[in-house]
Amino acid sequence: MEICRQDEALEIRELDPFLAELLRQVPDSAQAKDSQAAEERLFSAPAAPEEKDLCAEWKVYVVPELRRLFQSATETVRQDLEQLQCTGKPFANCNLRIPLAHADAWLSALNQARLAITASYQFSDHELCDHYRSPLGSRRDLSLFQVNFYGFLQEFILREIEGNG
Amino acid sequence: MLAFSMSRLHRKQQATFAVTPLIDFPHATLEMPTVEQEEATRQEIEMPWNVIVHNDPVNLMSYVTMVFQRVFGYPRERAEKHMLEVHHNGRSILWSGVRERAELYVQQLHGYLLLATIEKTV
Repeated sequence: MEICRQDEALEIRELDPFLAELLRQVPDSAQAKDSQAAEERLFSAPAAPEEKDLCAEWKVYVVPELRRLFQSATETVRQDLEQLQCTGKPFANCNLRIPLAHADAWLSALNQARLAITASYQFSDHELCDHYRSPLGSRRDLSLFQVNFYGFLQEFILREIEGNG
Repeated sequence: MLAFSMSRLHRKQQATFAVTPLIDFPHATLEMPTVEQEEATRQEIEMPWNVIVHNDPVNLMSYVTMVFQRVFGYPRERAEKHMLEVHHNGRSILWSGVRERAELYVQQLHGYLLLATIEKTV
């Protein structure tokens, strides 16, 4: 896999099928689904529980707005990911082009996914720092690899944004 | 609401300046209680809430720094200082001021998926 800046886009070239599949899972992974822990992390409280009025109003007025914001980002990413479905050979490497204008949407979607997965699996700080753990042991290990892979992509996008700005 | 609070403060300042005695005589003394009361009122109106960002092990340090720059307009050095404070101390006070603006900042920070809360300064 190779990542580089090409004009006004970021290009991920020679993406192998395994990593391509992980990328395809970004929009779905960004949803809290049935995980209460993920829901609570994505839509965290704005104040201590004693501030009951503020927390209640937040859920009514702010959370729906945040939900729309997050969904908009994941929808942009989902559209970009359609490029990964155009290959003729089922196990061939493929390329992905992310317009720089979509960089914020990608940062948001990748972050949503990392936070939702981490909350769902309740990864410890130690696990999150263990970058050499095998992704093949279990679904939990694979999810941890997913969190780290998405983090790597975030770092690259951030570097390009800062270089651009 | 911000404009309303500030105009209240402005009126309070004008009133205080009007009653503060000028030092025209050798034995004149400053009325310290008035100054203290003014300061207390000023703090009550201007700085009642802190915006706090809490540590979480997932958000990247570079990402958090970028968010602080974008939301608060801080230069990179200041944003990094707060990011490291969050990382090492578990939390950092990013901004203090009127409640409405503090809530707006927290909403923006939640939009970037940071763990942020507001709390009273006293």
